[in-house]
Amino acid sequence: MDNQRNEPRIGFYVCHCGTNIAGMVDCPAVAQYVSRLPNVVLSRDYKYMCSDPGQELIQQDIREHRLNRIVVASCSPLLHEKTFRGATEKGGLNPFFFHMVNIREHDSWVHTDKQAATEKAKSLAHAAIHRVRFHKPLEVKQVPIHPAVLVVGGGIAGIHAAMTLANAGKKVYLVEREPSIGGHMAKFDKTFPTLDCAACILTPKMSEVGAHPNITLWTYSEAMKMEGYVGNYTVTIRHKPRYIIEDACVGCLECIDACVYKQPKFFDEFNMGLGKRKPVYIPFPQATPQVVLIDPETCLNLKTGKCKKTCVEACADRKAIDFTQKETFSEIKVGAIIVATGFKSFDAQRIPQYGYGTYPNVYTALEIERLVNASGPTGGEVVLRDGKKPKSIGIIHCVGSRDHKTNRWCSRVCCMYSMKLAHLLKEHTEAEVYSFYIDMRTPGKGYEEFYGKLLDEGVQFVRGRVGEVTDWAFTKEEEGKLVIRVEDTLAGYVRRIPVDMVVLATGLEPQADAQEVRRRFNMSCGTEGFFLERHPKLAPVNTFTDGILLAGCCQGPKDIPDTVAQAGAAAAEALVLIDKGHIEQEPNTAFIHEEDCSGCKSCIPLCPYSAILFNEETRKAIINQALCKGCGTCVASCPSGSIEQNLFDDEEIFSEIEGVLAYE
Amino acid sequence: MKYSYFPGCSLKGTGRSYEESLLPVFKALGVEMEELDDWNCCGATAYMAVDEVKACVMASRNLALAERLGHAELLAPCSACYLVLNKTKHYLHDSASVRGVVGQALQQADLSYSGNVPVRHPLDVLINEVGLDEVKKRVRHPLKGLKVAPYYGCQIVRPYATFDDQYNPTTLDRLVEALGGSVVRFPLKTRCCGGSLTGTLPEPGLLCSYIILKEALARGANVIATLCPLCQFNLDGYHDKITRKWDPVRIPTVYFSQLMGLAFGLSEKEMGLHRHFIEMPALAASAAA
Repeated sequence: MDNQRNEPRIGFYVCHCGTNIAGMVDCPAVAQYVSRLPNVVLSRDYKYMCSDPGQELIQQDIREHRLNRIVVASCSPLLHEKTFRGATEKGGLNPFFFHMVNIREHDSWVHTDKQAATEKAKSLAHAAIHRVRFHKPLEVKQVPIHPAVLVVGGGIAGIHAAMTLANAGKKVYLVEREPSIGGHMAKFDKTFPTLDCAACILTPKMSEVGAHPNITLWTYSEAMKMEGYVGNYTVTIRHKPRYIIEDACVGCLECIDACVYKQPKFFDEFNMGLGKRKPVYIPFPQATPQVVLIDPETCLNLKTGKCKKTCVEACADRKAIDFTQKETFSEIKVGAIIVATGFKSFDAQRIPQYGYGTYPNVYTALEIERLVNASGPTGGEVVLRDGKKPKSIGIIHCVGSRDHKTNRWCSRVCCMYSMKLAHLLKEHTEAEVYSFYIDMRTPGKGYEEFYGKLLDEGVQFVRGRVGEVTDWAFTKEEEGKLVIRVEDTLAGYVRRIPVDMVVLATGLEPQADAQEVRRRFNMSCGTEGFFLERHPKLAPVNTFTDGILLAGCCQGPKDIPDTVAQAGAAAAEALVLIDKGHIEQEPNTAFIHEEDCSGCKSCIPLCPYSAILFNEETRKAIINQALCKGCGTCVASCPSGSIEQNLFDDEEIFSEIEGVLAYE
Repeated sequence: MKYSYFPGCSLKGTGRSYEESLLPVFKALGVEMEELDDWNCCGATAYMAVDEVKACVMASRNLALAERLGHAELLAPCSACYLVLNKTKHYLHDSASVRGVVGQALQQADLSYSGNVPVRHPLDVLINEVGLDEVKKRVRHPLKGLKVAPYYGCQIVRPYATFDDQYNPTTLDRLVEALGGSVVRFPLKTRCCGGSLTGTLPEPGLLCSYIILKEALARGANVIATLCPLCQFNLDGYHDKITRKWDPVRIPTVYFSQLMGLAFGLSEKEMGLHRHFIEMPALAASAAA
C-alpha cells in the first residue's frame, strides 16, 4: 500500500478494440505519445484490454513496475469501468486509482478523419494522466437490504411474481387498487391458442395468493408514495374504505340478498356494464379476497343516511359492515418493488367511424369476453342488446393499433384474441363470422396452427382496414343491419358486408395514470407511454432505478405466456438483489465540510434525490450518503464551496481540464 | 376582426347565394371582409390533377395578393378553394423545389409570398373566433321545427382536418343547434356528393348525390345544410335526373350562412334562396315574429 502514497507511477493502456478503435485511431502513436509524459512509467497498446490476458497484463505490470495509477483508454466506462477497477484491485491497488478514457463512443465511432481522431485520443489521454495523479483511495460501502418485496398490481403478472417470491420464502406485499385481484385475465372466457378456460387456470392461483402465509394481500389499496433507495424503500399504501371489516366478512353474500334494492340496477364494472349490480356487491364469484364491498356512490345509507340497513341486519352477529370506515394508510419497508400495473383497453369511441357508442350492436372485445362467458351477464348466451341471436358477426382488428391517428404500435394480442373470439362466437351462435385484418400476426407457440384451424372452421378472413361501420342501407338485404365498408385488398375492390353484430378488437394502451405512477416510482416512459426497461434486450425487467422492476403489460403489450415469463424474471431479479443481503454503494458521493457550511439551505431544494437534510441543531446541511447518486448539482451550487464530491474534487476536475487545454 | 376574402369562381357564379348570404351575416356579427383585388382561379381539383407545381403557382398568386393586402388571415368559403390554398401552403412549406418555382413565377409578376397567411374557413372563424354565444345573441327567429342534416362534404376534412374531427365533424351541428334548429344523426356527413363526376360520368356521380338525399330524408331531415358550393349544386340541381333514374328524393340543400340569415331575421330573398331549385320548408312562426 505504501507505494500508493508516493510519487505517482502511472501505467497507461490504449485498447484497439479489434478495429473499433484502431480503425480510426492510431493506437501505437497514442501509446508512444503518452510514454513521454511525466509520471508515466509504462505505456502500451493492446488488442483487447477487456480480455483475460489484457486484465492479467495490468495486474502483472502493477507488481513488476510498482505502478500506483492505472489509465485505460478504450470504450465507455458504462461497459468496462468495473472490469478494469477489478483488475487494478487484483493487482494490489485501491480500485479508485484507476481512470478510464472513452476513445470509442466519444472518438473512433463518431469521427471520420483518422489523424484528427488520433489527436483527440491523445488529448483525452493527456487529461486523464493529469487527473489520475490526484486520485485518492476510496472505500465501497455496504448497506443492508430489507428482504421484503412490494408487488404493485394484482393481475396475472403481479400474481405470478408474488407467488414466485413467496414460494422462495420471501415476504411479499401485493397491492391491488381494484376490490379483487385477477386483473384483465379474470374477465376472459378462454385463452388462446389452447382454449383452456381462463378462470380455471387463474382462480386457483388467486386463492393461493390469498392464503399464502408469506403474502400480505391488500386489495382496494394503492401505493401512493415511495421514498428511500434500492434495498431500503419506504412505501406508503392507501387503503380505500370498502365499508366492510375484511377480517369479519366470511363472503356469505347474505347482505347482497338483503339490500333494500331488490334488483341490481347499477353499472357493473366487471361485466363492462353489460350486467348490473347492487350497491353492496362482490365483483365476481371467484373474487379474491372473498369479501364484499359497498359503493358509496350508490349506497342509499352512505348517500343519504336514510336506509333501513337491511344489510346490517343480515350480517347479524358477524358485524362486518362498518359505515364509518375512512381511508387508512400503512407504511412498509421493502428492498425491491415490482411494478405490474397492466394496461388500459383502447377507448373505441376515439374512432367515431366504427360507431361504438352510436350503434348499440357494436361491441368491444372485452364486452364479448363477458358475453361468451358462462359466468357472464347472459350466462354465456350470445345475444344482441335486443335479445336476438346474431346471424352474422364482423370482427374488426387493429382498432387503436397500427394507426398513425391513434396508436402506432401493434398491440400484439389482438389478432390472436380476435381469432379466439371468432371461434367462440361461431361455437355459441353458428353465425357467419367475418374477421377484418391488416396483417395476421401469429408469432407464438401453436398460434399459426390456431389460425389454420380457424380457416378450416370457415371463418371468413378479409384483408383490409375497415373504413366505416354504418347503418345506411344500399340494398334490401342491408336494411336493419350494420354495414361494414372495407377495401378487400386481396380481391382488389371495396366491399359492403352487412352484419348483425360488430366486435372491435381494441388495442392495449398505457394506463391513464401511467405518468403519475412513473413519477411515483422514479421510472421513465417510452414515447408511447409504457414504462421503459433499462435495456430492451439485456435488461428487460429492470428500470433505470435500481430495485424497481417491471412485469407485464405496463412495460408494453404482451400475451399471457410472455407476461408470466416476464413476471418470473422480475421475481428472479428481486431475489438476486435481496438474497445478497446487502448492496454496494459507489463512493463517488458528495459530502459537506461542516466548518465551511453557512447553513444557507440553497442546496436542499436542488437535490433531485432528496438526499440533503438540514440539521436544526448545528444549522448545517447533511448529505445522506445512501441517497446521494453523485450528480454534483449541490457541489456546483454551494455558494461557500463547502461541498465536495469524491472522485470529482476540484483538484481532479481542474487537472483534467488543464490536461485537455495544455495538450499540444 | 378584419379578413382578406377570396371568393373564388363559384361564389360569383353557381354559388352566388353563398356570397349573398355570407356577407350580410358576417357583417351583422362584426366581421369585416375585404375582397382581394384581381384574384384568379384557385385551380380547384382539376389543375392539381394535371400539374401540381403549376397549380401551386396559380394558387400562390392569391396568397401573395392576400399578403400584400395586409390583413392577418384569408377567408376562403368555398371548400375547393380552401383545400387548394391550404394544400399549396403545405407544398410550399415542405418542398424547397416547389418554393423555388413558385418564388420565381411570383417575381415575374412583381409579387412575393413569405408563407405567413393562414387560410381560414368561415365556419372555423364562426366557431373559434366569433363564438356561438355571439351568434345566439343575434337570433331573432329560431329555426324551430327545422330538422337539419349537417353535410360537410369531403374537402373540408380531408386530407387536412384543420378545425374539426376528420371522421365525425361537429362544428356545423353545433352551429345549427345555436340557431335553434334540430340536428338529425347523419353518418354520411363527410361522404362524397359526386363532385365533378355529375358532369363527366353522370351515372356514378348522381348515385352519390342520390344516396345522400335519400338518407337525409330517411333520417327525418327536412333540409340539408352544407358549406360547399359544389355539394349544394349537386344536391340541389339534379332532382329531375335522379327522380327519373331512381325515385324522388325531394329535400332542399342550403348553405349554413343562409340558415344563419333566416335565423337573424333576414328574408329568403336577401339570402338568395330564390336561386335554388328546391324550396325551403316554411319556418314555424316564432314568438318574436
